[in-house]
Amino acid sequence: MEKQNYNNYRIIAENICVDYNGKVALYDANLRLEPGQICGLVGMNGAGKTTFFNALTGFVNISKGKIRINGESLRSAQRDQTIAYVPQSEGIDCNYPVNVWEVVMMGRYGSMNIFRCPRESDVQAVKDAIKRVDLLDYLSTPIGNLSGGQRKRTFLARAIAQRASILLLDEPFSGVDIRTEKLISELFIQFKNEGKTILLSTHDMIHVKEFCDLVLLINKTVVAYGETSEVFTPENITTTFGGISPDFLFGPES
Amino acid sequence: MDQFFLSAIDILSSNPLNHEFGRTALLMGSLIAAVCGFLSSYLTLKGWALMGDAVSHSVMPGVVVAYALNLPISLGAFIFGVGSVALIGFVKQKSRVKEDTVIGLVFTGFFALGIVLVSKVRSSIDLHSILFGSAIGISPTDVSQTVFIALLVILLLAAFRKDLMLYCFDPRHAKTIGINVIFLHYLLLTCTSLAAVVGLQSVGIILVVAMLITPGATAYLLTDKFDNMILISVCSAIVSSIIGIYVSFWFDLVPGGSIVLAQTFIFLFAFLFAPRYGIFKFQKLFAGYKQ
Repeated sequence: MEKQNYNNYRIIAENICVDYNGKVALYDANLRLEPGQICGLVGMNGAGKTTFFNALTGFVNISKGKIRINGESLRSAQRDQTIAYVPQSEGIDCNYPVNVWEVVMMGRYGSMNIFRCPRESDVQAVKDAIKRVDLLDYLSTPIGNLSGGQRKRTFLARAIAQRASILLLDEPFSGVDIRTEKLISELFIQFKNEGKTILLSTHDMIHVKEFCDLVLLINKTVVAYGETSEVFTPENITTTFGGISPDFLFGPES
Repeated sequence: MDQFFLSAIDILSSNPLNHEFGRTALLMGSLIAAVCGFLSSYLTLKGWALMGDAVSHSVMPGVVVAYALNLPISLGAFIFGVGSVALIGFVKQKSRVKEDTVIGLVFTGFFALGIVLVSKVRSSIDLHSILFGSAIGISPTDVSQTVFIALLVILLLAAFRKDLMLYCFDPRHAKTIGINVIFLHYLLLTCTSLAAVVGLQSVGIILVVAMLITPGATAYLLTDKFDNMILISVCSAIVSSIIGIYVSFWFDLVPGGSIVLAQTFIFLFAFLFAPRYGIFKFQKLFAGYKQ
């Protein structure tokens, strides 16, 4: 019975703790997400947002707790390429000598043979993904020559090409132009309809209200979690941001 | 004046290709340069120059012990190369000392250990050739061992070329899609220690780090394409190795020094005149040059 219940959720994180060399970065964090849900991860710098992502991708080991992806272990989720991670702009080396096509092709590596030789289906998946983010004119442009928004779209295309059912997006709206912002929000609606589960971190409270079904407020641990309308209260936000009033974050009218 | 030209012709006509040892030196020099050049692209992109320096110096005691015990030098070098990196990681984690300090501390310690060991087992080992290389005087046993290690490293790097490219670019994505990043990390380290072993034959342990970073840095200035970067890096390494050996032949110089100097000059040239990233941005001179 318990097992069946587990399978209904895309992501289950139970009481997870992460520490780096004895320094606690995240403790007792819980999260449950179903297919088609969009959840916002909100917190200050250093509140453990990136750590949370790292734990869910398996990039850092959790010291306590349990993570289940589609009812299975993280390792089998990695093997099936269930999770795609879209890094924030600061997290990547823009001067790295790769072009848009090569970056998006990296999304297919997990399902290729050991020498990573693309098959016809991989080429098609990459083409489709690049088309969806409207970058077909930039196939062979080095990522260093792209604008911030175009670069963000490139990494989104990589996640699309990967055909992941869970998308983790680190600050998807930071440093992007209006056009990219519009394209990303349209993509979010499409992803939701396709039943993908999205967890995104953001500094921008407006975007949370606009897109997110659920909100997870964290400050080293979960401050509040639930439906956006219920959880996104001034009191909770003040706690999350260590006493700063929401007026300061949203402007006085909210 | 005539005298000057005559002596110049005299020098330039002494071609290393006319001698058995000269041919061996050129061939082995090129092979060693190709290995180090290939690897140096990855080290430059990963930001592991200092790590390459540490590993290449730390292999010294391994080389000496292996010589003394008649084991394959690659084994000794591998153990001490990877051991030094493990030790660097351990000391960094367990103390408040900063990483660059720890790296400097560990590799000089290993290097010193190597020198002490050499002075104890001097009879069988030539300290001078370990420190400064012996591109011209590689012995036949060294040749077969060097060829074996060089081909092994080239094979490994070629087989995991794309995985390593991804690992250096975005290890988190690699991990997320189930690629074994710990394996890739140690693969790169292993290749670095092995490349250091073959590189030290040619330019010596002190300068081998140049073989591991300069060609990659030169290529990085000249291209925005990963495959081209590897190609340019390998070619520039081979060309400088050949130039270095010829020059050392003509003017009776230490080959290690002249090979690395040739690399440095090629880097300098790229630094000044690279089409996009050089100081003079040559690209602008060509009207209609397409990006």
